[in-house]
Amino acid sequence: MAVPLLEVDDLTVRFRTDAGWMTAVDRVSLAVGEGEALGIVGESGSGKSVTALSILRLHAAATTRMPTGKIHYGGKDLLTLPTREMRQIRGGEIAMIFQDPMSSLNPVLTIADQIGESLRLHQGVDQATARKRAIELLDLVRIPDAARRVDEYPHRLSGGMRQRVMIAIAIACRPKLLIADEPTTALDVTIQAQILDLLRDLQRELGMSVILITHDMGVIAEFARRVMVMYAGRVVETAPVGQMFRRPVHPYTEGLLTAIPKLDVDVRRLPTIAGSIPDPTAVIPGCRYSPRCPQVQESCRRDSPALLPAGPEREARCPPRVAAMAKETVA
Amino acid sequence: MFRGIMMRLSQAVPVLLIFSVMVFMLMHLLPGDPALAIAGPDASPEAVQKIREQLGLDRPLIVQLLEWFSHLAVGNFGESLTLKQSVISAVGERLPVTLSLSFVSLVVTLPIGIGLGVVAAYWRNSWIDAWVMVLALLGVSLPGFWVGILSVLYFSVQLGWFPPSGYVPLTEGGVGPWLASLIQPAVVLALFQIGFLARITRSAMLDVLDQDFIRTARAKGVDEWTTISKHAFRNTLIPVVTVLGITLSLLVGGSVVIEQVFALPGIGRLIVQGILNRDYPLVQGTMLLFGFAFVVINILVDIIYTIVDPRVRYG
Amino acid sequence: MAEATILASGEAIAARRRFRVLRKLLHHRSFMAGFIIVAVMVIAALCAPLTGVDPNQMRVRLRFRPPSEVNWFGTDQFGRDLFTRTLYGAQLSLWIGLAVAVLSGVVGAAIGVLSAQFRRLDSLLMRIMDALMAAPAILLAIGLGAALGPQTHSVIIALAVAYIPRTARIVRASALVTRELEFIEAARVSGASSMRIMFKHLLPNASGPLLVQSTFVFAFAILAEAALSFIGIGPPPPAPSWGNIIAEGRQFAVQSWWIMLFPGFAISLAALGMNLLGDGLRDVLDPRLKVES
Repeated sequence: MAVPLLEVDDLTVRFRTDAGWMTAVDRVSLAVGEGEALGIVGESGSGKSVTALSILRLHAAATTRMPTGKIHYGGKDLLTLPTREMRQIRGGEIAMIFQDPMSSLNPVLTIADQIGESLRLHQGVDQATARKRAIELLDLVRIPDAARRVDEYPHRLSGGMRQRVMIAIAIACRPKLLIADEPTTALDVTIQAQILDLLRDLQRELGMSVILITHDMGVIAEFARRVMVMYAGRVVETAPVGQMFRRPVHPYTEGLLTAIPKLDVDVRRLPTIAGSIPDPTAVIPGCRYSPRCPQVQESCRRDSPALLPAGPEREARCPPRVAAMAKETVA
Repeated sequence: MFRGIMMRLSQAVPVLLIFSVMVFMLMHLLPGDPALAIAGPDASPEAVQKIREQLGLDRPLIVQLLEWFSHLAVGNFGESLTLKQSVISAVGERLPVTLSLSFVSLVVTLPIGIGLGVVAAYWRNSWIDAWVMVLALLGVSLPGFWVGILSVLYFSVQLGWFPPSGYVPLTEGGVGPWLASLIQPAVVLALFQIGFLARITRSAMLDVLDQDFIRTARAKGVDEWTTISKHAFRNTLIPVVTVLGITLSLLVGGSVVIEQVFALPGIGRLIVQGILNRDYPLVQGTMLLFGFAFVVINILVDIIYTIVDPRVRYG
Repeated sequence: MAEATILASGEAIAARRRFRVLRKLLHHRSFMAGFIIVAVMVIAALCAPLTGVDPNQMRVRLRFRPPSEVNWFGTDQFGRDLFTRTLYGAQLSLWIGLAVAVLSGVVGAAIGVLSAQFRRLDSLLMRIMDALMAAPAILLAIGLGAALGPQTHSVIIALAVAYIPRTARIVRASALVTRELEFIEAARVSGASSMRIMFKHLLPNASGPLLVQSTFVFAFAILAEAALSFIGIGPPPPAPSWGNIIAEGRQFAVQSWWIMLFPGFAISLAALGMNLLGDGLRDVLDPRLKVES
């Protein structure tokens, strides 16, 4: 990869809870190249959404300690950028769409106003031009009858349509990077596929980089080129998508993959990962996955594992498995 | 929207009917004999009886009620027993005072009450929030009439800034003296409403600030001021508008008491004097006019509501 | 049988929830502040006879005494001890506030639950409630209070009637939500009577909002009673009601400011305490409930 578009170094985010400070994101590093599609996958509570929100500094200010680490973008560090400059990046160069389209649009403003607002802010166009561009954008995200829809309020649109409007808002200013935080989770299955198709087509047409956050391995397989798996606030594995599906390194990734329902195999019970994601305030010595890991070893419970290289473009936070893989390659 | 208003009006008819029967029954429960009150303590029993017959008080209650209704149907609210004038003209004379007081008080209440609520919510859990909430709590806890008396003692008697009592009509002295005669009672009256509205606005604003669409606005690069004033504020107004009817009701109710403190010749004084003088046609008619007024006010509030919330506008 | 099991486990859950609610309340700052204020006022009211002074005893030679070591709050135009009168006033005001809160709570809850359970009664009862709300509450109370005559119990009835409609509406709204829940459906299918549904299910589920509302009614009633007394439609003089003391002291306010000062503080403190208590209860029992009046 040449110089990446966005590079996150050692990002750490801490939250205040009733039980004290908890680390939601623990020294996470990632990089997205120009035009690249990166998938971040993990269960809820793995820190993937917090990571995404922190890139644009949209984490809840009242309960969060200022994130530490570095977020390089266009020669600047987004974490220390003055607010005014940060606002120019938000929606202008890096845009974001969210999980729940039902609540993500403002109920008292028209679609035209909500799409046009980005254009007026970042490109300084007037109201009439903004409205015209909003119609074009609605066409682009394949909303039928755009000229009429543009003057309506969000409550008249279905969930899928609203997510298309959210996408239209996000791409309005041709951002270089789109962060999509579980964009299909709240939608019906058929709509999910349409939205993913739309996102993929737009990415190609506009040449955007995309960070797609999901808990759904199927979505990752369809969309991303590279995957990052997160567990309990840490990155546990990164790999090109094909390699990861063929040969997961971390036992957690393996667990996620076997939990995908397969249409062609008749199974009585879907395999699941035993146990549940740990309480974020709990202190787990050694590997955080060790209490649930089927292949746990004595050292796992004792030593905190490092993220180790596991082949070209691959890393995994599981020393026993990485060592085993290395032995295979030699032999 | 027109159909909505018509529906509200048709719902209001039985409410007003029940209300007027209640008011009628209430006034006929009043202890003391109005005929005796009019005739004076020295009148002979025959004279009292004669007045009673003149007023029709000797007839069955139901007949009196029906007669009252038939008069109401043609807009006749009756004659005051003590003021030697019709209820309509008595109310008409005093209405400008109460309207002026309520208007000035509302003009003070709305921006301050809503503004304080917004500020407290935006800086939630800060010292600003704490102080605003203490002030709001005092607003809804201090008795208005007592604050009014203290205010007169300090601002009128001690400092001589405002007249201690009385009302100067707009037509007589112009805006200055009119406002000077009203500002003190209006502010005292506003204290409760400000506290009430600030508390409601704060909790409404806190709800809105937690909504996803606020995050969407920030993700677009919208600045904080626009996020609050454009994206959050209109949504905050929705629950605030629903309590506007209650606010106005509290305001007018409070003005009844405040008019006593500042000797303002408004409807509140009229009704209290009517009660003390057993002038039941006056009290009956005035109460009924209040009922009509609030039916209209609540319909107006509904209209404002549909303007603020597009989801209601389209049904 | 099924219902019995549901109820048994329901009771265990309810007991645990009660414990949790209590713990939350004990940690809630405004609830505890309100609780302490109200507790101190109740104790002060109960201790009123300990001053050993008759609140209505006039001593002409001791008129208009400013606050001193003997007369902590001073004396009034008849030489009556204002500290003693204010304490007895606390008895009267707190009693009226409590009676109004309980009376409007009980009747309002009954009307609310009946409306929710019997759809035919609903429109009639709600129209009557609308009619009661057509005029400002304080005005209705003035009219009713005057009609019933100048006595303590007519003030109580007048204020209770004025606040019943809002309580009824809150209980009805809560009961309508509860009615749609599945376990009510289950109870109905298993043949539970309307009475059972109303008292076993609808009412307990509305108890949180009802308690919160009643606490605020208590605060409003204290303020409204004082206002009624001030206008001359309260407990008749020489009853040491706080509103009466202020009304009587008003004409001497320029020289003898203390007469009306202390009862006003007492009213404010009592209303403040109940409002704080209500805020705490609302936060803990029903976070979604907005301030109602």
